Amino acid sequence: MAEHASHTIIATRKKTLRSVLLRWETLLIVLFIAVNVMNASISKNYLNVDNLFTAISAFLVRGFIAMPMAYVLVLGEIDLSVGSTVALSATLLGVSYNAGMPMGVSLLIALAAGALCGLVNGLILTVFTELSPMIVTLGTMTLFRGAAEIILGSTSTGGLHNCTWFYNVYYAKLGSVPYIFIVFCVLAVLFGFTLHKTTFGRYIYAIGSNRIAARYAGIPVQRVRLICYTLVGLVCGISAVFYGAWMGTIRSDIATGYELEAISMAVLGGISTVGGKGNFPGTVISIFTIGLLRYGLGLANVNTQTILMIIGGILILMVMLPNVISASTLKHAKVLRTKAGQKA
Amino acid sequence: MQTTTGLKSFWKRLTSSRETTLFLVLALICVFIQLRNSSFLTAKTIEDMLKNYSTTITLSLGMMSVLLIGGIDISVASSLAFSGMCASLLMREGVYSSTLVMFLVSMAIGTLCGLIVGSVIAYGDVIPIIATLGLTNIFRGATYLVSDSQWVSAYQFQSSFKQFAQTKTLSFGLVNNLIFISIVCYVAFFIIMRWTRFGRRIYAVGSNPEAASVSGINIKRIKLVVYTMAGSFAGLTGAMYTSLYASAQNDMALGMEMDVIAACVLGGVSLSGGQGSVVGVFLGALTMAVISKALPLIGISQFWQRAIKGLIILLAIIINIIAQRVLLKNQLKEREI
Repeated sequence: MAEHASHTIIATRKKTLRSVLLRWETLLIVLFIAVNVMNASISKNYLNVDNLFTAISAFLVRGFIAMPMAYVLVLGEIDLSVGSTVALSATLLGVSYNAGMPMGVSLLIALAAGALCGLVNGLILTVFTELSPMIVTLGTMTLFRGAAEIILGSTSTGGLHNCTWFYNVYYAKLGSVPYIFIVFCVLAVLFGFTLHKTTFGRYIYAIGSNRIAARYAGIPVQRVRLICYTLVGLVCGISAVFYGAWMGTIRSDIATGYELEAISMAVLGGISTVGGKGNFPGTVISIFTIGLLRYGLGLANVNTQTILMIIGGILILMVMLPNVISASTLKHAKVLRTKAGQKA
Repeated sequence: MQTTTGLKSFWKRLTSSRETTLFLVLALICVFIQLRNSSFLTAKTIEDMLKNYSTTITLSLGMMSVLLIGGIDISVASSLAFSGMCASLLMREGVYSSTLVMFLVSMAIGTLCGLIVGSVIAYGDVIPIIATLGLTNIFRGATYLVSDSQWVSAYQFQSSFKQFAQTKTLSFGLVNNLIFISIVCYVAFFIIMRWTRFGRRIYAVGSNPEAASVSGINIKRIKLVVYTMAGSFAGLTGAMYTSLYASAQNDMALGMEMDVIAACVLGGVSLSGGQGSVVGVFLGALTMAVISKALPLIGISQFWQRAIKGLIILLAIIINIIAQRVLLKNQLKEREI
């Protein structure tokens, strides 16, 4: 009798969980369409292909970071230092170029600096496993931004557009498709494939669901974490390169608030903040949803502070929503259980 | 032989207490700075330093209580700005002119901010870092919205309010008003944390939430109260901040949450909750104040400040962990014998 009761509970839970997931994906696509409709109604030129790609290029500069951020969130961890890493990498890019190095070398320096920042996070967190990623990355967030400030002070480093091919990294197009979009698509496929179709991806989910169980199952937990944090840093380096090619001038206070946007993009895409849950296609859709929402709000003359406010609100609502729903389904399941008990 | 063991136990007692170690480090820093620049250890410099950092020192208490239950609140600096700005705007519009009312209004708004943070975390089940990351942007955005991106400048304040930060009326001429407020907060908090049921419950929730829950403590309510309390402190420091600088700006206290967290971790507050003392936090906050004040005095550029703060946070948490590991190892060793 008791066995029978527990079976019914599992069945109802599975069903509701599936329907919640279904609702989440639908919600995301509905939101994406709504944002586009809103933008199109604000500006008649919105659906012009050139305009659209200009908008997309601008938010993809930070959209990149949401992809490795999704990895870190699936691990059940967080990286708050991404904005500062972008600032430090871009600073080194500008300073080394202005010191007379060829642009190719500067570009590699920026990528290496980004990866190194990520490696620092990863090393601290894997050597001192007791530490929480939140506080370590808060510390490195301050440290990396501070390093950029030491290098640049209150000045800026510019003239990056003097190098024509570097200018083209952001502005050139293949037909009407900008290169940055192509790079993004390639990286998105790579990241998505790795997360969902390789052993490494399964390791990430396993660690996120239960780190101790993952270790006992022989998964190299610390190595996977180290690689994930380094990946975040490397992608921040890529983002810094595109930022440099986009703006042509670097200051030490660029890229503030990127951590909020990257985390919001991943969380809106359905990645759970407690780890082990979420899928990659959702993240990609939500990168475009938030990016276009931001662009549309800009079209409607909403200032940056208010845009950040709206994104912050979305982030909190999106995390709260499934919790509230699952709490109510849990209550529902409890009611069912007691009913089943009464029948038995 | 006897003297060495005596010395050893003395050394052990000295290093086993977080507070004494920190105090010694602080004293060493002070001596070092004094040797580099003799204008440091004068009554005036010290009073200026305490006055200017009374905001950070007071706000550390709010952060401490949040860290004690194993949470974090990076929205305190934004709540500070929002409450300080709202209270200043109302004063500018002439709704009230008394300094006391201004402080109370600011505290009330801060408490409301804290209540929002607390309810999102306790009843929305959002993890603290995500909730406060979102809310820090919401509060900061709200600051720009209510003020229409403008400052409240010195001439728009009542002169009694501007005088408040420079005079010693509250303590009848003993210490500066802002310093006096900090002292009162610390004494009150020391008593609450050590001798009241509420204080002990905070420690209980932080060190073992499940055990606390089983023993009948309403964890959600404690969380709500603690985050609300952090908000009240943010509101209080918002009023202190505006009176200190005699202006309310939209970007005031930007990044102050890092100073406050640094003060707490330096003071030995554990980030996993349940560990930390008011005295430790006081010494930690004092160390941060001394370092911030001393860097320009010994000729280090202001652009180094941020990096040094980041480094201090990282070093402090790493040293905490190493000390914990050593302690654990020694305990095991003693058990073997």
